[in-house]
Amino acid sequence: MTLSSVSSTLSRRPGIRLGLLLAAPLTWLVLVYVVALAALLVTAFWTIDSFTNELERTFTLDNIREITGQALYRTVTLRTIGVALLVTLIDCLIALPVGFYMAKVASRRSRHLLVIAFLMPLWASYLVKALAWRSLLSNGGLLDWAGGLFGLGTPGFGLTAIVLTQAYIWLPYVILPVYAAYERVPDSLLDAAGDLGARPALTFRTVVLPLVVPGLVAGSIFAFSLTMGDYITVNIVGGANQMLGNLVYINSGSNLPLAAAIALIPIFVIMIYLALVRRTGALENL
Amino acid sequence: MRNIPTTSAARRTIGGALAALSLITLSACGGDDGDSSTGAVEELGENEGEVSILAWPGYVEDGSTDPEVDWVSSFEEETGCQVTSKVYGTSDEAFNLTKSGEYDVVAASGDLTLRMVAAGEAAEVNTDLIPNYEGIYDFLKDREWNTVDGKNYGIPHGYGANLLMYNTEDVTPAPTSWKAVFEDGPQHKGQVTAYDSPIYIADAAVYLMAHQPDLGIENPYSLDEKQLAAAVDLLKSQRASVGEYWSDYTKTQASFETGDTVVGTTWQVIANLIDPKKAKVEAILPSEGATGWNDTWMISSNAKSPNCAYAWLNHIADPEINAQATEYFGEAPNSDKACEFASEGHCETYHAGDEEYAEQIWFWNTPIEKCLDGRTDVKCTDYQDWTKAWAEIKG
Repeated sequence: MTLSSVSSTLSRRPGIRLGLLLAAPLTWLVLVYVVALAALLVTAFWTIDSFTNELERTFTLDNIREITGQALYRTVTLRTIGVALLVTLIDCLIALPVGFYMAKVASRRSRHLLVIAFLMPLWASYLVKALAWRSLLSNGGLLDWAGGLFGLGTPGFGLTAIVLTQAYIWLPYVILPVYAAYERVPDSLLDAAGDLGARPALTFRTVVLPLVVPGLVAGSIFAFSLTMGDYITVNIVGGANQMLGNLVYINSGSNLPLAAAIALIPIFVIMIYLALVRRTGALENL
Repeated sequence: MRNIPTTSAARRTIGGALAALSLITLSACGGDDGDSSTGAVEELGENEGEVSILAWPGYVEDGSTDPEVDWVSSFEEETGCQVTSKVYGTSDEAFNLTKSGEYDVVAASGDLTLRMVAAGEAAEVNTDLIPNYEGIYDFLKDREWNTVDGKNYGIPHGYGANLLMYNTEDVTPAPTSWKAVFEDGPQHKGQVTAYDSPIYIADAAVYLMAHQPDLGIENPYSLDEKQLAAAVDLLKSQRASVGEYWSDYTKTQASFETGDTVVGTTWQVIANLIDPKKAKVEAILPSEGATGWNDTWMISSNAKSPNCAYAWLNHIADPEINAQATEYFGEAPNSDKACEFASEGHCETYHAGDEEYAEQIWFWNTPIEKCLDGRTDVKCTDYQDWTKAWAEIKG
């Protein structure tokens, strides 16, 4: 077959063309991502030989029973969801006014500066940021000093510290989609609302907010799901607390099937979250 | 996303194919161990030219961390075995890595060695083929973490104790007992620290051995269900006073320096590293004794380069090299000869060769179902039970 006949075959058969084009990335996606994930999930239904630590590939529901039956996993799941929701809420509350200012109020020059300023933390490693918060929060650290001016101390290492640190780390992921959503709101709509006598608050609530919700939802998915799975920040500033990620980590060495079963919990929670978000219709407008 | 037409039948097919594919992949991964052999070799052959080593950080240094710290280059020159090495952070992580079969040599603590032997990952070591073995302290040889059924599975490297460290300004009077982190913990609520690993349960067991003798604990790594429950209760009450747990030694070092932590478990090396200008600390071996680590160089049953592996074991047991390596990490070396090469005061600080001191240390061991203290009428709790208990303690 000559080169030209290959090209003519391909031009007549769009199916083959598409198939060849997608084959490599799809193989990668399926093998590296989907199969690895499926393998993990299948492991949740296996067990382990307590002496040799070898996987025993016999179907059992023991791990599922363990994570649904024991109070420990309920407590930790609720704690993790609580932290994730708080982080999401804080990030959304910051992103809404900041995004609006960046997209609609700031001059072109300061807008660019602001975008850079909010993206800058992404240049630094995750670990550096978490460790920086550790020194901010520690005894005699910056927060301790600043709080001292108002008669307060540092919140110390614990759940508050986890929420603060995670809210900081995931903030750019919420601000960016919100800012992009504001950018897409035509200025003329704001003018029209004003011309028709709507006060700024009413304009924001009835005109701007509905158009920004998809961006807000996208951002909240990032903040929520990234917090759900985190265990490094918890280790660094969480004091003696643990979240679901830590339970997965501690079990991954000695009892992989149990770790896999615990990993199902955040997947399940995020699926519920996505289903709820989908019902609001926000995903359709992304 | 909405535009891709997928009928439910097609979805089922894809799902089924994926499930089948994943099963195939898994069974392929979980293949047998090939021609692994756990028996000891009788004599050595020619060096293979390369050796791969899995070890704690600071155990295999080739000068890339610090040009002054290098005991790999001399080995490579003498034996012609090129070294590749990987470090690990916890014994659990190491155990998973050894299963890959990629490592010829593993430096393992006592909470890993028995698991490796049980899983058939460790090969018996013929100590006659390691000339430097002879000089090693007798009290480190033939112990339950390196010898099983009279068969030797590795050579001792160095050891140290998990000590009680306290800030001398905040904790008065000076504690002499682990009571400072248990019953007296509430005096420093939120400023107590403990090692973040299931193996820390043994520390509570050591304390219970001294204070609740009616529990009948003979060995802190050999707990039946009732004894484990008592240790868990003790640790749960301690949890209320704990500010944070540590597994990364730089984290606890910083905590003591800032005053976030004033009392808790430590290693001698951490006590040495703390800047006296920032915090005045003291590390002691409490009256109840303590847990500790005693590391062993093992050879994998899947070793591709067993001859180079033996060469490495001999090299690292060389008194001069052992002194360098244990001093760098901050632990007692394995022989009196090594002390001659170590800096002045090193062997005194770490109580090297002091058998009386070593006897107060319960070296890390792997809790397994078969009770290590020799009881046969009960089943003991194993490491998985300890892992679950540890998660429960932290709550």
